Amino acid sequence: MSGRSHTLVVQSKKSDPRNASLLIDAHALGLSRVTDIQCHDLYFIEGDLADTDLKRLAAELLSDPVAQTAEWRAADAKKVATSAEQVIETARRPGVTDSVAEQIVRAAHELGISAVQRAATGNSYHVGGRLDAGDLRTLAERLLANSVIQHFKLGSIEPIFPQTAQGSARVDIISLRKLNPDGLLALSRDRRAALDLAEMEAIQSYFRSEVRDPTDVEFEMIAQTWSEHCVHKTFRAKIEIEGRAPVNGLLKTYLVAATDAIAAPWVRSAFVDNAGIIDFDDDFEISIKVETHNHPSAIEPFGGANTGVGGVIRDVLGVSAKPIAATDVLCFGPADLDPDNLPEGVLHPRHIRSGVVAGVQDYGNKIGIPTVNGAILYDEGYTANPLVFCGCIGIAPRGLHASTRAPRPNDRVIVLGGRTGSDGLRGATFSSMTMDAQTGEVAGASVQIGDPITEKGLIEVITRARDLGLYHAITDCGAGGLSSAVGEMASNLGADIELTQVRLKYPGLAPWEIWLSEAQERMVLAVPDSALAQLQSLCDTYNVELTNIGHFVDTGRLKVRYNNQVALDLANTFLHDGIPQRRMTAVIEQRPTTPAPQPSAFAGKSHDDTLLGLLATPNVASKSDVIRIYDHEILGGTVVKPLTGVLNDGPSDACVIKPIGTKGSRGIVISNGINPELGKSDTYAMAINVVDEAMRNAVAVGADPDRIAILDNFCWGDPTRPETLGSLVEAVRGCHDAAVHFGAPFISGKDSLNNEYLGADGERHAIPPTLLISALGIIEDVAKAVTMDLKAVGNAMYLVGSIAPIANAKLPAADLYRCLHRAMQLGFVRASHDLSEGGLAVAAAEMCIGGRLGLTLGVSEGDPFTETNGCLLVEVLPEHADQFEQTLADQPHQRVGVVADSNRLEIAVDNRTFISVPIDQLVTAWNTNF
Amino acid sequence: MPPRALILHAQGSNRDLDAAQAFGLAGAQPEIVPLNELRSGNTRWSDYQLLCLPGGFAYADALGAGKLLAVDLNVYFADQVRAFVEAGKPVIAMCNGFQALVKSGILPDGRRDVGTATSTLTFNAAGHFECRWITLTPKSQTCLWTRGLTEQIYCPVAHGEGNYTVIDESLVADLQSQDQIALVYANADGSPANGVYPNNPNGSIADIAGVCNPEGNVLGLMPHPENHILPYQHPRWTRGESGQLGLTLFENGVKYAHAA
Repeated sequence: MSGRSHTLVVQSKKSDPRNASLLIDAHALGLSRVTDIQCHDLYFIEGDLADTDLKRLAAELLSDPVAQTAEWRAADAKKVATSAEQVIETARRPGVTDSVAEQIVRAAHELGISAVQRAATGNSYHVGGRLDAGDLRTLAERLLANSVIQHFKLGSIEPIFPQTAQGSARVDIISLRKLNPDGLLALSRDRRAALDLAEMEAIQSYFRSEVRDPTDVEFEMIAQTWSEHCVHKTFRAKIEIEGRAPVNGLLKTYLVAATDAIAAPWVRSAFVDNAGIIDFDDDFEISIKVETHNHPSAIEPFGGANTGVGGVIRDVLGVSAKPIAATDVLCFGPADLDPDNLPEGVLHPRHIRSGVVAGVQDYGNKIGIPTVNGAILYDEGYTANPLVFCGCIGIAPRGLHASTRAPRPNDRVIVLGGRTGSDGLRGATFSSMTMDAQTGEVAGASVQIGDPITEKGLIEVITRARDLGLYHAITDCGAGGLSSAVGEMASNLGADIELTQVRLKYPGLAPWEIWLSEAQERMVLAVPDSALAQLQSLCDTYNVELTNIGHFVDTGRLKVRYNNQVALDLANTFLHDGIPQRRMTAVIEQRPTTPAPQPSAFAGKSHDDTLLGLLATPNVASKSDVIRIYDHEILGGTVVKPLTGVLNDGPSDACVIKPIGTKGSRGIVISNGINPELGKSDTYAMAINVVDEAMRNAVAVGADPDRIAILDNFCWGDPTRPETLGSLVEAVRGCHDAAVHFGAPFISGKDSLNNEYLGADGERHAIPPTLLISALGIIEDVAKAVTMDLKAVGNAMYLVGSIAPIANAKLPAADLYRCLHRAMQLGFVRASHDLSEGGLAVAAAEMCIGGRLGLTLGVSEGDPFTETNGCLLVEVLPEHADQFEQTLADQPHQRVGVVADSNRLEIAVDNRTFISVPIDQLVTAWNTNF
Repeated sequence: MPPRALILHAQGSNRDLDAAQAFGLAGAQPEIVPLNELRSGNTRWSDYQLLCLPGGFAYADALGAGKLLAVDLNVYFADQVRAFVEAGKPVIAMCNGFQALVKSGILPDGRRDVGTATSTLTFNAAGHFECRWITLTPKSQTCLWTRGLTEQIYCPVAHGEGNYTVIDESLVADLQSQDQIALVYANADGSPANGVYPNNPNGSIADIAGVCNPEGNVLGLMPHPENHILPYQHPRWTRGESGQLGLTLFENGVKYAHAA
């Protein structure tokens, strides 16, 4: 391709709104001498363009003449800026998705400017302040450019256009049969396969029996299919435990066992599909999945979180459901971490946070799904390994997914959506390994950037194709790409695939790269020939690409060709059942017999100051600045919103959604529980605590406690360390016990292990063991939902439940939540809020903030800051007090005070003032920004 | 026969269902029509009595919110849209739709501005997307959508590029004199927001939340009245608060289409 390249500089006439936040970030990252950053946009256009074309492009397409100026850079301007100018310019690396660039070419042609051949985008930053080249470099590296996806230059940058990839069309043979154990392990390492010796030997023995060596395509596919990410080796392993009976599969022994024991009749699908499914009403079923995207978010926060959201939406689409809500729980290192103390190769938590939040925002808002629930936690343990949990809830006609699970022989293997590129290679194995300072470079190819509009098209097409019955099976392309999607779909049948049919973003991909690529926004469907034309026409209507890459066959083998070469020919039995069960060893540390005293950052402070300090800690303080950059109103069903109360700023316990298009008044409740602090000392107690927290959050807004399903997400360190595995075993056991106790079945889950980072200095940075429990509940009548804000002076306040410090791992009777729910159904409850971090005192303070009303509370004994399981603070009309008490007669509850006309929160213990703080001080403390 | 409302679905439109729900409740027959159906001629503009450009991120807001949809409107549908507008049929465009109508020059005055936009919706003054509930005061008696509305409207905004900006400030006086300022951001007590965040959530000049064409049949607005059409959507319904529904706007448009 040829043609001259042109660079357009577009800048705001008024100050660009991005400038202010860039300056704040620069200062926070230790670059205090920066006084000003001016951000401009760069567009690189290639083509033999006349002056009139350039003029039109600038005015009609690339700039907004009302608010911006645009100027083509003179061809001889490719000079290095002088130090006085202090210009940093960034552009994307070749191969990194740039959907704006694609739109430029398309729209230029639409406008009749057909000479435009290629386009690319970048940014130009003019930096003020006395800085030297080293400072500018630091600014670029820490804030303006992420080297994984962008390169930067001090001065004017050269345009780089999307290039062709460097692969060959060749299928290589890997001589594996003759290798000794060392050679096998070296091969696993060299290809970043993350396979151990037993697994490598199983592969060797299979190919010896086939009397040939594997192709690179086969080896790479086996590595992905057998990765921790895809088969959850640790959760299926046989675990020897010192001093205890061995556990033959954590998943089966504890999680599936709990669901089986509960045997809830409303569970439609647990553990077997892309998402868990429960009944909603007579017409609909609802599904949920929560995934993590931790490793990708660590090295490219925007893209990592962005594709995390995109990926979990496809999981829900993979059970033929229409996505209707999103959740996200984010764990970061401290935002105020000294930049000089960062491990080498690690991005600053502020940088990670802003990228991750922007990535969630971009995907969720653009695809049009309300982000309605979540949490943000900070801990030093997350500095090198941030956690990004993305959840999605979907809805589908009842029973429909059950009939679209099995491809039939001769069905076409149809790929819908985005094209395939070299993005996201070996993601499944990448996420199954410990990261180190080189990971960012090596894994550059694992980074993906999402394209929510393409995925929106998939939703439009698939929900309609579903209603028309155009396919027999469906799955998403996630980790492992086509190899995993087609491999799974064909696992009971077989398939013949022709790789040259796969549509590529650019030529030059090797066959194994095409088969393994984790390029985003693709779904695979099994479509009978008779339905193909109708599906194609739907795709045309919604601008979705359809590619026919082969067909399903009844051979029990998966066969992949690249032109006339056989690239892969594997027996299903080996591919899916050939992996040897892992044997692992766990050491379980004794649970502390007496709970460790709660560490207090507020020792020596008054109770008032402790409360204000707690409200201002990053884990407790308001998250409104993040919540509000997510659209939580779209689809019009958000009945209990993430923020609530008289000024719309109190923190809801959970959200309630009335799905658009459903009849009646039934709604969905979404909540979560997470407590990594407790995981540091006792993972069993943590599991008990977070299952309870997810339950009581859901019950607090009105969910029926007998209609709550839960999901687990375990984020742990390296399970080959026996102590780490021991702490995981205890957490899983806790999940089982709590789920059975409440009758809340697990319907889906996911583990992300190896969340560790090996620093250049050899130091290991592991996350605190982190368990997220997400709850999906039903509320019979959304009009009976309850919010947490205090409603009216004079109302009675009750503490429901008895204080049970979280370290004791004690749960309330399941009937406690049933009785409270009954009281809500009867209309007695005006507000309710769960006691969590900071105990009764913080819960009461948040209720005051929500209602901007005072509270006068008194308890007979104990510490109002105690973090407890199984307690809620509840507001009741005085005239309902007797009936409320009768409803809870068999359960612990005590009247603890009254909503007061005092504008203060006052808590007395044993009739002595413990806390007395004006509400405006509570509000100010709680609104502290980080 | 209820009037038929064409809800234009471009690649990336995403509040189409919300808009359809509002039109349905307001008494119209909403039909979400993909842009390609109109391009291919399978669906004809002239079969509809109302037109709605819903919210969303057409083409991912590449090159500025609404920009590439504006290109589509001017390249593919210039004649059809002009005919629809000049026939006096009610047209409403929320958020992304408003951005497209402004950037195409159809608003605030298509006869004057098509091809050379005089106003725009640029980045929020706060520099980021924001979803929050705001109060709107209906102003224009020329605009058939706001005519006769006395109660304020309470509804969410959810946008990053909603800052109404004009190329020349005298244009604001023109809008005022021609009664084209249909909706303004206000404080809860009804007083003007006076540009103060957050009640004016994006920094729009003269608190402009929505403008209409001089004839009054085309309304564009950044907020989402379609997300406050039912009592349980009110953020404080659990406190017993209700009213100030955005539905009134749609009812006005549908009533007009019915009568026409």
